[in-house]
Amino acid sequence: MKGLRPELQKIFGWVKPGSRVLDLGCGDGALLGSLQQNRGVKGYGVEIDPANVLSCLQKNINILQLDLDAGLTEFADNSFDYVIMTQALQALQYPHKTLREMVRVGRQSIITFPNFGLWKHRVYLSTKGRMPVSKALPAQWYDTQNIHLCTIKDFEMFCKEHSMLISKKDIVDYEHRSDTLMRLWPNLFGEVALYQINGE
Amino acid sequence: MSNFATNSLGVIQPQTLHFNEPLTLASGKTIDEYDIVYETYGSLNAKGDNAVLVCHALSADHHAAGYHSESDSKPGWWDLCIGPGKAIDTNRFFVVSPGNLGQCGGSTGPMSINPKTGKAYGPDFPVVTVSDWVNYQERLADSLGIAQWAAVAGGSLGGMQAMQWSIQFPKRIRHAVIIASAPKLSAQNIAFNAVARQAIMSDPDFHKGRYYDHKVVPASGLKIARMLGHITYLSDDAMGDKFGRDVKNEQLNYNYGVEFQVESYLHYQGESFAARFDANTYLLMTKALDYFDPAEKEGGDLAAVFSKTDSQFFLASFTTDWRFSPQRSREIVRALTDSKRDVSYLEFESNHGHDAFLVDNAEYIAAFSAYMNNIEISE
Repeated sequence: MKGLRPELQKIFGWVKPGSRVLDLGCGDGALLGSLQQNRGVKGYGVEIDPANVLSCLQKNINILQLDLDAGLTEFADNSFDYVIMTQALQALQYPHKTLREMVRVGRQSIITFPNFGLWKHRVYLSTKGRMPVSKALPAQWYDTQNIHLCTIKDFEMFCKEHSMLISKKDIVDYEHRSDTLMRLWPNLFGEVALYQINGE
Repeated sequence: MSNFATNSLGVIQPQTLHFNEPLTLASGKTIDEYDIVYETYGSLNAKGDNAVLVCHALSADHHAAGYHSESDSKPGWWDLCIGPGKAIDTNRFFVVSPGNLGQCGGSTGPMSINPKTGKAYGPDFPVVTVSDWVNYQERLADSLGIAQWAAVAGGSLGGMQAMQWSIQFPKRIRHAVIIASAPKLSAQNIAFNAVARQAIMSDPDFHKGRYYDHKVVPASGLKIARMLGHITYLSDDAMGDKFGRDVKNEQLNYNYGVEFQVESYLHYQGESFAARFDANTYLLMTKALDYFDPAEKEGGDLAAVFSKTDSQFFLASFTTDWRFSPQRSREIVRALTDSKRDVSYLEFESNHGHDAFLVDNAEYIAAFSAYMNNIEISE
């Protein structure tokens, strides 16, 4: 949809019309608002930041101010068609717990994160000997919110070890384009990873 | 020229409606006739779809906003949130604020004259429940020509009434605004109420509730009840910030008089409350709190109860509220999400404890305003 950042446009396309959605770390509510208006989707956004929460209220979105690290105890098993979490995994205190909770609560879960295995990060670290700083990861090691960065390989390994099935994936650059290099060596050339997963 | 702020409602006149149709209560008893004293702010639109019912908590009454005279020093209990341009914007909404049955602010209660005896009801006034109040408020809605509330809003015990409206009259409410409330009282909550009641009932001036006949009031019991209640409304932090261990005099007296500032404050709060409030009403209000449990009829399944509601919900809690903590609001949220209702829930940082819903806080006001602004009404 127009106005949505490229990543959210892609997810917009993945969500079936009329479904029930839980959007974790929903930010200002752009995705959920758009899904609600254009796809007849119903659901809730979860967000902790007061400014974002206010912005969601202004968009007339059902917004729940809850801490994801405290778990998803507010939600019953399989109570949503989709649980979505964009660009928040790496900022969680307990990403593994949240992923397990997502799979419990949602029939499908959609997750996106920046791929730390990107060649630029590897080069930065190996040549400069310092923690990579880039357009996508602009903060310094000491003040970054991204405390649990992972690579595409890490994530897929995690899914395998925790019996989570990957039903869809897309490895793209920051503008959400793909190319041959990304298709051949996703963990080296992919900048952003999008996954749809579900429990067994 | 009035001295009131530009967003104040100014001087407000309470109104009274007399009802003759008996109201049957949850206890099985009936009240044959009664007065509802209420205030209104703003005006009802042509379609009558902009009415907001405001429900008061334990110690308040119909006077929710504005002042009673030019020289009045204190506005109504929720003046912070009701008025032109405020969260419940009286430029958009027609706000109705009744005093509940059993209250001591003018609506029929234990202090009123029982028409059967010609004397004050006192202890003969029946125990009323939140559900009874909702029936009583429905009569008022009928009388004012309000088929459906745009919203019913309240904090604490007032929030319970908003919740009960959504359950009891699902077609007559579009939004339930439930602030600093709980789905039912905990054992600890009930325990505090029990101590408060014992303080009142063991006062020698209580006379089994017939103290009006003896021309006395159980002031010391009511004062202790209020002191106890007041401790539960404030947070440890707020008390610490306000009083710490400050003493009134520089030296310790080594006696049992009032020495610490916090003692002095509680005594003052208790005394001023005992001077304005009726002890029988205090007993009745705490009982209404204790009995509130809308999930009971569904075997404790609150989600099953909410699955029959039609309104949208807005809930808010405050971090240092330990009387009705955020956890209690999240129990309601869980039942609402389980029953797939539309709900927004916010948790505000505040060190004002349970009283925070009456205290200015930019985030709280902005969020409450944003929610109310989205409520659709006709021009």
